[in-house]
Amino acid sequence: MTIHTEPLKSVSDIERTTLMTFLPGRIATMFGGRRWRSLAPLAVLVVLCLLIAIANPNFIELRNLVRLANSAAVPLTLAMGLTFIILMGSIDLSVEGTLSVSAMVVVLLAANDSNGNDYGWWAVLAAIVAGTAMGFVSGLVQTMLRIPSFMATLGMWFIGLGLSVYMLGGSAIRLNDASIRELALARFLGLPLAVWVATGAFLLAAVIQYHTKLGRHILAIGGDEDVAKLSGVNVVRVRVTAFALAGFFFGIAGVLAAAQLGQSHAVIGDGRLFAAVTAVVVGGTALTGGEGGVVNTLIGVLIVTVLANGMILLGISPYIQQTVQGLMIIAAVALSLDRVRLRIVK
Amino acid sequence: MTAMLSASGIIKNFPGVQALRDVSIEVRPNEVVGLIGENGAGKSTLMRVLAGSYRPDGGSLTLDGEQLRMRSPRDAARHGIGMVFQEQSLVLNLTVAENIYLGEEDRFTRFGIVNWRAMNAAARRQLAKIGIDIDVTARTSELTFAARQMVELAKALTLEEVVERQLLILLDEPTSVLNAADIEVLFARVRSLKSRASFVFVSHRLDEVLATSDRVYTMKDGAVVAEHRAADVTAPELHEIMVGRGLQAEYYREARQQAPRGTVMVEAKGLGANGAYHGVDLKIRAGEIVGIAGVVGSGREEVTRTIGGFLQHDAGEMKIAGDAVRFASPEPAVRRGIGYVPRERRLEGLVMFLSIAENISLADLSSVMRHGAIDYGKERRLAADWIKRLRIKAPGPDAACRKLSGGNQQKVVLARWMTAGSRILVLDHPTRGLDVGAKEEVYELVRDLSAQGVAILLISDTLEETIGLSHQVLVMRDGEITARFDASPGNKPNQVELLRAMV
Ligand SMILES: Nc1ncnc2c1ncn2[C@@H]1O[C@H](COP(=O)(O)OP(=O)(O)OP(=O)(O)O)[C@@H](O)[C@H]1O
Ligand SMILES: [Mg+2]
Repeated sequence: MTIHTEPLKSVSDIERTTLMTFLPGRIATMFGGRRWRSLAPLAVLVVLCLLIAIANPNFIELRNLVRLANSAAVPLTLAMGLTFIILMGSIDLSVEGTLSVSAMVVVLLAANDSNGNDYGWWAVLAAIVAGTAMGFVSGLVQTMLRIPSFMATLGMWFIGLGLSVYMLGGSAIRLNDASIRELALARFLGLPLAVWVATGAFLLAAVIQYHTKLGRHILAIGGDEDVAKLSGVNVVRVRVTAFALAGFFFGIAGVLAAAQLGQSHAVIGDGRLFAAVTAVVVGGTALTGGEGGVVNTLIGVLIVTVLANGMILLGISPYIQQTVQGLMIIAAVALSLDRVRLRIVK
Repeated sequence: MTAMLSASGIIKNFPGVQALRDVSIEVRPNEVVGLIGENGAGKSTLMRVLAGSYRPDGGSLTLDGEQLRMRSPRDAARHGIGMVFQEQSLVLNLTVAENIYLGEEDRFTRFGIVNWRAMNAAARRQLAKIGIDIDVTARTSELTFAARQMVELAKALTLEEVVERQLLILLDEPTSVLNAADIEVLFARVRSLKSRASFVFVSHRLDEVLATSDRVYTMKDGAVVAEHRAADVTAPELHEIMVGRGLQAEYYREARQQAPRGTVMVEAKGLGANGAYHGVDLKIRAGEIVGIAGVVGSGREEVTRTIGGFLQHDAGEMKIAGDAVRFASPEPAVRRGIGYVPRERRLEGLVMFLSIAENISLADLSSVMRHGAIDYGKERRLAADWIKRLRIKAPGPDAACRKLSGGNQQKVVLARWMTAGSRILVLDHPTRGLDVGAKEEVYELVRDLSAQGVAILLISDTLEETIGLSHQVLVMRDGEITARFDASPGNKPNQVELLRAMV
């Protein structure tokens, strides 16, 4: 037989097979060490936690861990949506715009200090629908008008931002609906509900990515769109669905953000895009598409959040913190990508 | 026998080109049909029409006597027609099983959840049926080209699980990236599958076509010009019909081979690179052609890539025209006058959106500059000259490369490197995908260059070509040179001698 595969040198096969039996194929592949690089983010996370814990033992106090989980909730939910887009080899810059629209919708429709509405959980539903709709529109603009996702979503960012600031009348409006505020205030098993919502978002994203046709087609498009098309994948439908899905997650994140702040204002989305992109990239999802996934992103979000939390604990100036985050995103791309194999850098 | 699929009067127009004019062919049950023709004759276009990815502008298709209208490859699949494309068409970041069932996940899906275990099992069964042993959970990017080709074949054959009728499998140049042993395996599969499917396959290797098919269609300029039973025709006859002139006895122009007398241009002593090869000694003089034979993994590809500047050596030394060098990238290699004609021409060789003229002058713009500016007239004349010489089928020098047929794109890349005025030329499978007529032109050109004193390192798909062209043949196995043969005219080694040193 002259036909054979050439498995890349790596972890022993035995180790791989035992892992394989426990995990679905793709995740097992990731941890099976076919590419040692995919384990790097996890190692970074562990080392980071150890270093911070040594420098300041308060880090591993229960109170701090809860705070950490709480501050990871919104970024995690956002990054779940963004992961699908980046996996396709596209980008969604509308994160902040969509989040602010969704936060605006929930605040204005639920009990608030500006108008007489009091639709309760219908407001939450409406906010998520609004987010999904914005993603859907981004997807349509990209596929039907054939505008690159970068431009299409850059436009949606500012449309969303403008819309929400206009509707809020330029000021902060308080969210008075007690049951929605519970998302941030009430706890279950010691953790705020928002953390559970984010966990749910992660599980949902994981199921979509690893167990559905949509997830696989997103990966295929990121790998080679032409081939996917030839194989009968409906590329337009997958793209539009993926953007709508991302909008759905941004919508949930908007509700969580409004609940956590107890209000909505013009700058509720500030900095969220950077944090989400950093988390996805630091987790090891390739910007070129086709590599990585939501499990990577979970680790990425934890790295970003732990680092931010650690720097606060160590009393580092906020400006330095920003600089560190900027360095981190470049370093992550440098380490995670097989740049030698990347033929062109644009 | 009645036809299974018949196409009649098929017409396909592209802007400015009529790719198919009134083509009629038929395929019978359990039959292997060969399709040959020069580069740009319209073979791939016809296959794509049969596979539903192009809609014809005229003519009709019938399948088992019924009118057939297809709007997409999906429609074709529903009718039991599958295709393996000229360019490889697997998604490299997916696993083998995921590729085989890409677009067909519904069969394994319940309540929106895909059952990967069932999919892997089905893929394993499918591969077992055609007798291939490949790990279905392996990433496709980790497979060899040959293994990928088998996966593509398996993918096309999965149609039999969903379609009642006999399958029709279209193979567009399935063998051009395979070596001899793998081609044998592929054709053994095709023959053994004949009871379950009919095949149409395109190839430029006439012997291979005759050995495998029952009938052969010959295309020229978008029309079928001949149809033969494979038993009734010989390769030289087909060659004549295709090219319009007889096969020259002197295919490799051996009479023009002269003893090299120039200085040593490339010299390697104990060269080695990162486990890929080691202890390689070789010398190429000006005007000399050195061929390296060896199977995939023998290290010969890596040796050529080292000289081209794509792979750094880490042992021994390499001298170019007497100077010791170690290339970290192709750029210094180009500066030292080394031209590298890459094998993956579509990936490494062409800027698809530029025109033929712009692509040809890319490596050596100075040749078309005047007073510090690009002389467009000169650039177009240069390109027009090459179009004539290599018989590139294109509307003109300004045609965009992305619209050319696969073989014509390769000719453009060849033209570029041959024009770049290199003193050393590395030819990595220079005739892959070229039609027989164009191959002869390339051989003629190689002799011209050699006569002008260019030192040439050659690796090729066939031993015949290696032996025919070279002054000296080196054989590599497992990263080492295992034999050296003098190949001066009248003293050429035979293939058996080479094979013995290869395996
Ligand atoms: N998408 C396209 N746009 C414009 N012209 C095209 C396109 N595809 C093919 N052609 C033209 O149609 C003709 C037939 O091309 P085709 O690819 O069918 O040739 P082929 O016989 O497969 O050649 P090869 O042996 O080189 O693969 C060529 O002249 C080519 O330039
Ligand atoms: Mg072709």
